[in-house]
Amino acid sequence: MIGAMDSPRADDARKAVDAAYRAESRRVFATLVRLLGDFDVAEEALHDAFRAALEQWPVEGVPANPRAWLVSTGRFKAIDGIRRQSRFDSVEDFETFAEEIPAEEAEREEIEDDRLRLIFTCCHPALAPDAQVALTLREVCGLRTEEIAHAFLTPAPTLAQRIVRAKGKIKDAKIPYEVPEASQRAERLEGVLRTIYLVFNEGYSASSGEALTRADLSLEAIRLGRLLVELLPEPEAMGLLALMLLQESRRAARATAAGDLIVLEEQDRALWKRDLIVEGIARVEEALASRRFGPYTLQAAIAAVHAEAASPQATDWNEIVGLYDVLLGLDPSPVVELNRAVAVGMRDGPAAGLRLIDVILARGDLAGYHLAHAARADLCRRLGRGKEARASYEKALALSQQEPERRFLRRRLAETPA
Amino acid sequence: MKYLCLVYGTESALAGMDDRHCVAYDEKIKASGHCLASEALQPVQTATTVRVRNGKVSVTDGPFAETKEILAGFYMIEARDLNEAIQVAAKIPPAEVGSIEVRPIRPIRETVKAARELRESPEPAR
Repeated sequence: MIGAMDSPRADDARKAVDAAYRAESRRVFATLVRLLGDFDVAEEALHDAFRAALEQWPVEGVPANPRAWLVSTGRFKAIDGIRRQSRFDSVEDFETFAEEIPAEEAEREEIEDDRLRLIFTCCHPALAPDAQVALTLREVCGLRTEEIAHAFLTPAPTLAQRIVRAKGKIKDAKIPYEVPEASQRAERLEGVLRTIYLVFNEGYSASSGEALTRADLSLEAIRLGRLLVELLPEPEAMGLLALMLLQESRRAARATAAGDLIVLEEQDRALWKRDLIVEGIARVEEALASRRFGPYTLQAAIAAVHAEAASPQATDWNEIVGLYDVLLGLDPSPVVELNRAVAVGMRDGPAAGLRLIDVILARGDLAGYHLAHAARADLCRRLGRGKEARASYEKALALSQQEPERRFLRRRLAETPA
Repeated sequence: MKYLCLVYGTESALAGMDDRHCVAYDEKIKASGHCLASEALQPVQTATTVRVRNGKVSVTDGPFAETKEILAGFYMIEARDLNEAIQVAAKIPPAEVGSIEVRPIRPIRETVKAARELRESPEPAR
């Protein structure tokens, strides 16, 4: 063997292991879960496989197909470990278990399916939403438990416990490792999209506390969205990806350096990221063209209309109101009604918007929703009804939990004469 | 894999159920081979709770927990996995007015048996 201990070669091999870890570890993990039938066994097998790669690749060279090598090594290590542990397994059991890896071509498709299986399993509706989020970030994205805990301002032991419990339920209740059959796919996909959007929103507008955004989570959600679209190019998956891209494009413009909130109307549009907007709009158009789109696509389409406008005045408010009408027909909710009312206020003047908001508030649906009172306050302010505006800002302030939002409301209060 | 599907609902909601629908479903699920056992329960007013404390039996009227949703019946089913169990549970008629709690069966006999065998077997070679 030439240069087995050659240091440049060993160095290259180590780099190859690192690269394989970054590019392939989650894929390898997803396949190992299928082959071994258990998250924890697969996790251990994954680590054993990479440990073996660190030992063997510098000596034996980097295999032609690192991923296949890692999968078969991981599986071998796990089977070996299981065989050594249990003396009760019959020979047949073991042989069924140790079945040969299928031919490469078939394997390629299986591996892509494995990642989808992993996503659908982590986002199974029988798991609590916070457990779905934690498990998805841990198993699909490969984030460390401490990283997830930090991003969600949750103590690490609490988060670790959540993950352990979810994995326990997958095992004990036998949540299958599969992509749902066609008849259930749409419904289950909705759950996956909800979980991804939850991750995005946690990163985009932290639900409480000082930090306005936790960018890493949003980027992770976008990465997940891209992966999902690649694996399962469904219109709503594209719609969600587009929505996240278009919201993310405004990140730099939506807060001052001091962390103060800047509303859409007052944002410096030169700060909007054009590349994200271009990609987002392309995705919306693709989803709309399918004619099988849903609420995410419509919300993305609304965001796209904003993104295309050079200024608030240049916004096509008529188009936005129309999109909200379609959205209301598809997925009626008081929050969508509120947003539509604000858009009507922009199109037909504040008095028209205020009439609609007062109807919604009178129904009591959004009485505890701070943004409803903030929107009402804003319309009153535009109409010069300072006293009413101040009362509504006060109500919004009393209901808001998020510090940058509270500062924004206090600022508005200060600017609004009674 | 065995699951116990517990049928819950408020008394008033369950009173609106047609027994004939329930029995028709019961016949169907028995024929499908999924169902291992199933029964409907008498109303909760007929329940008696039994406890043993310090060797003394105490008997009280009523169910153990005071909840609005009461246990009205059960199906013990055999399903490939939770997804299949959910599909079976979704077809139990009271699912439309109450709720079905799907609980996996804990293989307690197997666990105890395996532990006993392990204890009784000679020490392993390694």
